[in-house]
Amino acid sequence: MEATMTQPTTIPGLSRALKTEEMVISMGPQHPSTHGVLRLELVVDGEVVVDVIPHIGYLHRCFEKHCEHMTNYQQVIPYADRMDYVAAMSNEFGFVVACEKLLKIKVPERVEYIRVIMAEFSRIVSHLIAIGTYGMDIGAFTPFLYCMRDRERVLDIFEQTCGARLLYNYMWIGGLSHDVQPDFAAKVKDFCRYFRPQIKELNDLLSYNKIFIKRTANVGVLPADVALNYAVSGPVLRGSGVQWDLRKNDPYSVYDRLDFEIPVGKGLKGTVGDCWDRYMVRIHEMEQSVNIIEQAVDKLPVGDVASAIPKRIRPDAGDIYVRTETPKGELGYYIVSDGTATPFRVKVKSPCFVNLSALPAMCRGAMIADIVAVLGSIDIVLGEGDR
Amino acid sequence: MTAQEILESLKARFGDAVLDAKVEGVPDPWVKIAPARLKEVCLFLRDDGEMQFDLLMCLSGMDYRGGKLGVVYHCDSTVKHHRIVLKTEVTDADPHVASVESVWKTANWHEREAFDMYGIVFEGHPDLRRILMPDDWKGFPLRKDYQVPEFYNGMKVPY
Repeated sequence: MEATMTQPTTIPGLSRALKTEEMVISMGPQHPSTHGVLRLELVVDGEVVVDVIPHIGYLHRCFEKHCEHMTNYQQVIPYADRMDYVAAMSNEFGFVVACEKLLKIKVPERVEYIRVIMAEFSRIVSHLIAIGTYGMDIGAFTPFLYCMRDRERVLDIFEQTCGARLLYNYMWIGGLSHDVQPDFAAKVKDFCRYFRPQIKELNDLLSYNKIFIKRTANVGVLPADVALNYAVSGPVLRGSGVQWDLRKNDPYSVYDRLDFEIPVGKGLKGTVGDCWDRYMVRIHEMEQSVNIIEQAVDKLPVGDVASAIPKRIRPDAGDIYVRTETPKGELGYYIVSDGTATPFRVKVKSPCFVNLSALPAMCRGAMIADIVAVLGSIDIVLGEGDR
Repeated sequence: MTAQEILESLKARFGDAVLDAKVEGVPDPWVKIAPARLKEVCLFLRDDGEMQFDLLMCLSGMDYRGGKLGVVYHCDSTVKHHRIVLKTEVTDADPHVASVESVWKTANWHEREAFDMYGIVFEGHPDLRRILMPDDWKGFPLRKDYQVPEFYNGMKVPY
């Protein structure tokens, strides 16, 4: 810390050296551009940030404690929805996959494909919010409205399928709560046709905007080895140039049967691992998600979505760790069963919690105004970070 | 490397630090390590050319009932594509485990969380304080024998 401090300077005409010292500023517990209730303790030397200490826990709702007090595993799913509330489908996906592996259930193909479509839709929704709010953090208001407009179309598809727009309780252990509507495939294809040009529009509006690039390129650089040591995941890790996506590297569900690419940060506008790279990975991921959705809809087999739902869920004693790729990164569930109908322990490895822990590594040496740019590029949802 | 080979390698190098293991018939093969030796085992797992466990996926505190606490480490290698689970067990009378914060930075917050929820003390952690619960909270909420307090700073807790 000493090395980064400004040394006392002598000013001509002034007899003594100017005294300088670090200042501690509390940012929050709301502001950090209101990605959630968070407080950042900044240690600053003038405009330069010497250290950042995040304080979290304002949104702690005892998810893990609740799990241990449920009467069965199925009751956990609505709670899992409420962790990352902008991508609830991905949260329940991870939990049901973990429970199915623990119970050794094989689910019908139709269920797997519908789940993948829903998970990719929720990736698009989550990235749209991430991109829109990121623009707002930096001062671009319009892209946010465009993003919310497109998001509504996806939410309409969710609503038509399961009746809910935000928190679904749609994926059940072994199946789904409802089958999709007869015109589902047509609606999905309509959306894909509509959405591709919107990504291009978003690029014109925001991604290649000169001011936006000035604010994000070369800011908050996270080198690949540091990123791995912090175990950050998702677009934050891929933005640092590491080709690591659980849909490819540790495939679950039917992802191994679908053809898609993993975008990584290449440092096109600055350094590999800067804010612009992390942002751009999300744009490219939305393109890939549209590809996945189109393939999955074409391959959607017929079948019964409720045939494999078990009557009683009572896994054998044992433990399992299952990780899935949510829009934010690697969401892991460590589930320990003692042979009863209630989980003995559910630990959630939350990508937002881990990604936020790397914030100090990205912010040291940056300007105060850049802190919000860096925080927005991580895309945290504190409902998941605090659980 | 298979889990069996990893286990053999750990046994050959650390001998008595390997207390127990199960590598077959379970979804995630695990090795139980003595809590005081944990850091050196993790350093070896990270730095050895054959191991290269560069990713700590998850670190979970545990309460196995009957005064037995534990920590579970899920390690993964992005280079070698193998994984192993380390487990360690302590008693609630002496809940001290060596910190692996200096091995994997991600352990920093995970260990704080395990301390917050289970009261497990990680020796050598640079900043061990509560992370999710308020600083002045009494007790460790995820312990199996935890009693929810009636009041917190004059506010009624059970609603």
